[in-house]
Amino acid sequence: MRSIMLGNEAVARGAYEAGVRVVSSYPGTPSTEITESTARYSGIHTEWAPNEKVALEVAIGASVAGGRSMSAMKHVGLNVAADPLFTLAYTGVGAGLVVVVADDPGMHSSQNEQDSRRYAVAARVPMLEPADSAECRSFVLRAFELSERFDTPVLVRLTTRVAHSRTAVETGERLEAPLRAFVHDPAKYVMMPSNAKARRVVLESRIAELARYCEDEAESAGLHRWIRKGTRLGVVTSGIGFSYAEEALPDASILKLGMVWPVPVGLVRRFAATVDRLVVVEELDPVLETELRAAGIELEGKGLLPRIGEYSAATLRRALGDDDRKPAAFAPGSLPEAPVRPPVLCAGCPHKGVFLALARVKAVVCGDIGCYTLGALPPMKAMDTCVCMGASIGMAHGMDMAAGREFAARTIAVIGDSTFLHSGMTGLLNTVYNGGASTVLILDNSITGMTGHQQNPSTGKDIHGNAAPAVDLEALCRALGVRRVRVVDPNDTFATERALREEMAVPEPSVLIARSPCALLPDACRDDVLYRVEPSACTKCRACLKAICPAMSGGYDGPVVIDPEMCNGCGLCARFCKFDAIRKEDATS
Amino acid sequence: MVRSILLVGVGGQGTLLASKILTTGLMQAGYDVKMSEIHGMSQRGGSVSSQVRYGDKVESPVIEIGGADILVSFEKMEALRWLPYLNPKGKAVVNDFELPSAPILAGKSLYPKGVLDELRSKVAATVVDAAGIAKRLGNARSMNLVLFGALVAGMGLADIDWETVISENVKKETVEINLKAFREGMAQARG
Repeated sequence: MRSIMLGNEAVARGAYEAGVRVVSSYPGTPSTEITESTARYSGIHTEWAPNEKVALEVAIGASVAGGRSMSAMKHVGLNVAADPLFTLAYTGVGAGLVVVVADDPGMHSSQNEQDSRRYAVAARVPMLEPADSAECRSFVLRAFELSERFDTPVLVRLTTRVAHSRTAVETGERLEAPLRAFVHDPAKYVMMPSNAKARRVVLESRIAELARYCEDEAESAGLHRWIRKGTRLGVVTSGIGFSYAEEALPDASILKLGMVWPVPVGLVRRFAATVDRLVVVEELDPVLETELRAAGIELEGKGLLPRIGEYSAATLRRALGDDDRKPAAFAPGSLPEAPVRPPVLCAGCPHKGVFLALARVKAVVCGDIGCYTLGALPPMKAMDTCVCMGASIGMAHGMDMAAGREFAARTIAVIGDSTFLHSGMTGLLNTVYNGGASTVLILDNSITGMTGHQQNPSTGKDIHGNAAPAVDLEALCRALGVRRVRVVDPNDTFATERALREEMAVPEPSVLIARSPCALLPDACRDDVLYRVEPSACTKCRACLKAICPAMSGGYDGPVVIDPEMCNGCGLCARFCKFDAIRKEDATS
Repeated sequence: MVRSILLVGVGGQGTLLASKILTTGLMQAGYDVKMSEIHGMSQRGGSVSSQVRYGDKVESPVIEIGGADILVSFEKMEALRWLPYLNPKGKAVVNDFELPSAPILAGKSLYPKGVLDELRSKVAATVVDAAGIAKRLGNARSMNLVLFGALVAGMGLADIDWETVISENVKKETVEINLKAFREGMAQARG
C-alpha cells in the first residue's frame, strides 16, 4: 500500500515490518515520532525510558534475549547512550539491533549540531543514511538484516529534513521474526578485559567484512545509487544532500551512498574516474571527505561548501557557479521587514510565574533543557547557563564550590520533571554527598513538554496513556538526602518568590517543586475558568502585561483585553493587577 | 514541473494539519509530493512554516527564496516575513488576522500598518477573513480549514476529493465543523 509518511513514521514502519519486538527510547526533536509511531503497532513493545542510556541498554537486553530491538534518539541523546554503544560494538547482538539517531543541522531545536557519523567511525559500527521516507523504511529493514548477518549493531542516521519530511512510502507485510534462542555465551557478552581483548579482534575483522559488503554488495542491495549523467561534474553525497544535488545540478553524475560507514573507497574511486571534477556534498563535518582524501582521491568539499548549518539546492548552485537556474525573487531590501516573532511561553504556562519570580530575585540561574529554556529570553532574562540535559544541578554546585557561600546564596538550578529524571537525579545526589548547599527548583508540569507531550516516570502514565506507577518526586529527593523539600504553585508567582528567597538563604541543599500541569494538557485547559478585564476598572497601567501572556493585548489607547479563546485560566495576570480589574469568570455559565 | 506551496503562521494555528491534508490529497491524486515541517521549540508561539512541493517528480523538499508559487499565510505579519520566499509572479492567500508578537505586546515594537496594501502592491493576493468565518461557524480553531479551502480554490485542484481527506485527518468530533469551514473558504476565494 502506498501512503504518505513522515521520515520518522517510515522508520517505525520499517521496524514493524522487520518484526521488531522491543523499542525503547527517550524523546528528542527531531527523533520523537519514531517511537510514538512504533507504539501504535501491535506486536511491538514500545516504551519511554528515562534517558537514552537506559533505552539502549533495554534494546541490548532484548537483542541478547533473542528479539529484534531498536532505540531512537536525537544526536545529543547518542552522547548519553555512547557508553553502552561502544561496548555493544564489541559484544555484537543476539537478534538484530538498530540504533536510529536524528541529527539537527541548522539547530532548529537543539543546543549543538554535532555530526553523529563520527560515532560510527569511533565505535566502529556500520551506518546507513536514508534520503527520504521510502528509504527510511527500506534502510531500516536492511539494517536489521545486516545486524544479524554481521553480528553488529547498526546505526541509521537521519537529519531533520529527512525525519520531518513527508514523502510517499510503499509498505509491505510484517515479517514474523521468531524469537532466537538465548545463548549463554560469556565470552561474547561479559566484557571483562580477557573477553574484551578477544572481541576487539572480532570487531576489526567484522569491520573488514563490512567494508567489503559496502564495496561489493551495497549497491545491488539498494543502498548505494550511481546516477550516470554528464562527465563534467561528479557528486558524492548521502541523505538529504542527494535531493539538493539532484535539484540543483541536473547535469551532474551522482554517487549516492546509502551506507556511509565504512566508506566504499573503491566504489568512489571508480566513480571518480568517470568525471572531470569530483565534489563531496555532506552537511556538517567532512567525514566522507577526510576518508576519501586519506585514500588519495582528488576532490573538493569543505573548501567549497560550508561546514556550518543546513544546505539547500541554492547552496549547491551558488558554490558550483551554476546560479542561472535560481528562481526569480524580490530584490533584497525591496520588501519591508516584519517585527521579530520569537517563540514564547504559552498562555497559562506555569513556567512563567517561576521565571518572573526568578527575575525579581535576581538569582544566578543554571538552566536546563526544555520549554523553560525560553526563560532566558526577554523580558524575563532569568537564565545564565544552559548546556545539556541535567547540567543545571551539577553546574550550580560547581559554581558554589568555586565562588563560595555568598555566591551560592544567589545561585539556583532550574530543571523540568522529565529532565530531572533523565539525568538531574545524579547531580542532586552529588550536591548532597559533597556538602553543597544549592537550591534546586524542579518544574513539575506532569509531562515532557517541548518535544510534544510525552509521558515520563513522573506522569503516572505509560507511552500508551495507560496507568503506570508515578515516581514521588518529594520522596525521591528526600531519599537522595535532601532534608528541605517543598512544593509551590508557580502560578502564585509571589509565593514562589518568597519560597525561593527562603530556600536560597538556607546553607543546605533544598528542593522546591513548582507543580502545575502544562497548559496544553487536555486536563489542564481550564475551559471552565476564564479571566476578563473589567474595562471601567482598568487604569491602563499595564502592570498585568508583566504576565507576558500571548492572550493579552491593549493597554495603550483602550483597556487591556484578554482573548477568551486563548485564556487558559491560570490567573497570573490578575496577581499583578492592583485595581481588581481582572476578574475570574465561570465560562460555563 | 514542480509546484511549491509555503504555509506560514504562528505556532498553534494549525498550519501543520492543513499541510498534512494538502500533502495527502495531492498524493492520492497521483502526484509525487514532499512536505517539510519544523517541530520543536519554534512552535511555541513563534513563526512557523511548512513547505509542500508536488509534481511529476520532486527532489528537494525545501522551498528556497523566490521558490514558492503560492504563499498561504495564517497571519498578516507573517505574510510579510515570508514574502521573499514567494515568486514575484506567485499568489498569496492571506488571513486578515493579527496576532501581535511578544515584542509588540510588550510595547517594544509596533504591529506594521498597511500590510494588506503592501502585499497587494507586490503580488496577486487573496484576502480571507478566516478568523471571522471560523468564529461565525462556531469554532475559532477551524480557521485553518477556511484558509485551506481558499487555497484549494486558488490552486485549481478543486477536483480532488478533499472532503474525504479532511474527514480522515481531523478528530471525529470536528469533522462536520471542519468541512463547513473548508466549503466556506472555497466559496470566499471564488468570490
